Amino acid sequence: MSDVLIEVKHLNFYYGSVKVLKDINLNVEKNNITALIGPSGCGKTTFLRCFNRMHDLYKGNRYEGEILLNGENLLKTQDLIALRSKVGMVFQKPTPFPMSIFDNVAYGLKLKGIKKKSEVEDIVERSLMQAALWDEVKDKLSSPATSLSGGQQQRLVIARALAVEPDIILFDEPTSALDPIATAKIEELLTHLKDITTILIVTHNMQQAARVSEYTAFMFQGELIEFDRTEKIFTNPREELTEKYITGRFG
Amino acid sequence: MDSSVYLKDKLFRRLGLFSSLTIIIICILMFVVLFIYSYPAIKQFGVVHFILSDTWNPVKKVFGGASAIYGTITTTLLALFFAIPLSVGIAIFITQLCPEKLKSYFSNAIELLASIPSIIYGMWGLFTLAPIMRIYVEPLLQKIFLPIPYVRYLFTGTPLGIDLLTAGVVLSIMIIPFITSIARDTFELVPKELKESAYAMGATKWEMIKDVILPYSRVGVLSGIIIAAGRALGETMAVAFVLGNDHNIHLSLLKSSTTISVTLANEFTEADFRLYISSLFYLAFILFIMSFTALGIAKFFLGKMRK
Repeated sequence: MSDVLIEVKHLNFYYGSVKVLKDINLNVEKNNITALIGPSGCGKTTFLRCFNRMHDLYKGNRYEGEILLNGENLLKTQDLIALRSKVGMVFQKPTPFPMSIFDNVAYGLKLKGIKKKSEVEDIVERSLMQAALWDEVKDKLSSPATSLSGGQQQRLVIARALAVEPDIILFDEPTSALDPIATAKIEELLTHLKDITTILIVTHNMQQAARVSEYTAFMFQGELIEFDRTEKIFTNPREELTEKYITGRFG
Repeated sequence: MDSSVYLKDKLFRRLGLFSSLTIIIICILMFVVLFIYSYPAIKQFGVVHFILSDTWNPVKKVFGGASAIYGTITTTLLALFFAIPLSVGIAIFITQLCPEKLKSYFSNAIELLASIPSIIYGMWGLFTLAPIMRIYVEPLLQKIFLPIPYVRYLFTGTPLGIDLLTAGVVLSIMIIPFITSIARDTFELVPKELKESAYAMGATKWEMIKDVILPYSRVGVLSGIIIAAGRALGETMAVAFVLGNDHNIHLSLLKSSTTISVTLANEFTEADFRLYISSLFYLAFILFIMSFTALGIAKFFLGKMRK
């Protein structure tokens, strides 16, 4: 039916000598939304941050195993800059850079050395449209990005990630700092975005996972307990632990 | 029991209020005293004329502040010119590049620099830096810049080592700790997610610093620079040793000059008539307003940043 974009094989991850991810195996399907759920401290964010090698920024972290993106083990790649243009990321809090709305969206292009003005303008407009923000900002592209509301900032950050046409975008609880209306907008946006990219999303909110995702992975204490189609996880989970979590008996 | 607690509370509040008011009263009184003492000179020479005239002649009893104001501003600008890039560089190194273990050593070294009494900077400037400037640095600068039109005027004259340039260098070393520590603190305030976002876009460390940290901290660093400028404007001892005391305006940075504070330190003992003393107070009054303005601007930017 659909293709596998990413294969995670026997992934272990260590903070110093502490093993925080234990033998994780999982496939991310192209043009789908895969949600990672689990209680706080289960390692879902740690897992997410392996895909763009964010852990490399800090000392003492170690990966084992493989994460294959288009067949290439991204845990072994030396070119992190190229990797990060293929794997975008959106954080919990909106992170607009201290520059104009336009420059924010064009930032990835600038890093890639794309300078042709008409090309950059086209891509910025397209990305803002894809992020459902164009109509709200088209008249004030040169205003500082921080002048936008929280929800708008988060969509701006999504547009910024989209501009470089990544294979996948990682979302780390993208709506946890937003009000319900802004959250609904982002969720609606996510379901549209899977047509043009692939999404891996960490969420604290189980209803959100149920609403937007095709696949759900339930993690607990650094292990992947269950991974299946979302409706299966939420209606008829295989594991007792998963059932306990989704019915709210712990977590 | 209850009423005595209430009484203590009230007493303490009164005491606190009184102490705080003292600060404000001292400031206002200083302003008033400076104004009263400089009034004869203000009446005699006017405001614009005093600021623009570079005649400083106690014999003829004619005074103008232009040379001292010029020296004050020039040494301060020179100090900022040298100190800003260095301080920002040091702060970037300490916060972004330096291994965690060495951080506190560098931070402490910088703060130690701030604790050295200014008279020691002055002595060092006179006995160590000035000869180095005279023998090595200034002849070299002349070799480079004298052939260049216009720029050459900044470097004419016989290198003495006791001049605006040396004073600027000494001052810059003195204000580096101020700019560095404020820059370091504002760099530390950049949210971790913001830095990670830049990396997540594929930015290198340098691109992250250039595009995220520096623009994000712009206002904070700017206020640090202005606070340092305020400090450089009023610095006396370190400058007095290496600037000479020359009430003439020279364009060349290799010429002696004077600043307001240096003039005050040197000449009060010689001021033997009322207008002379009053003119010195007038200079002090101008310095007071300059420092006050600098601090006010810094506060304004800091307030804007907190928003």
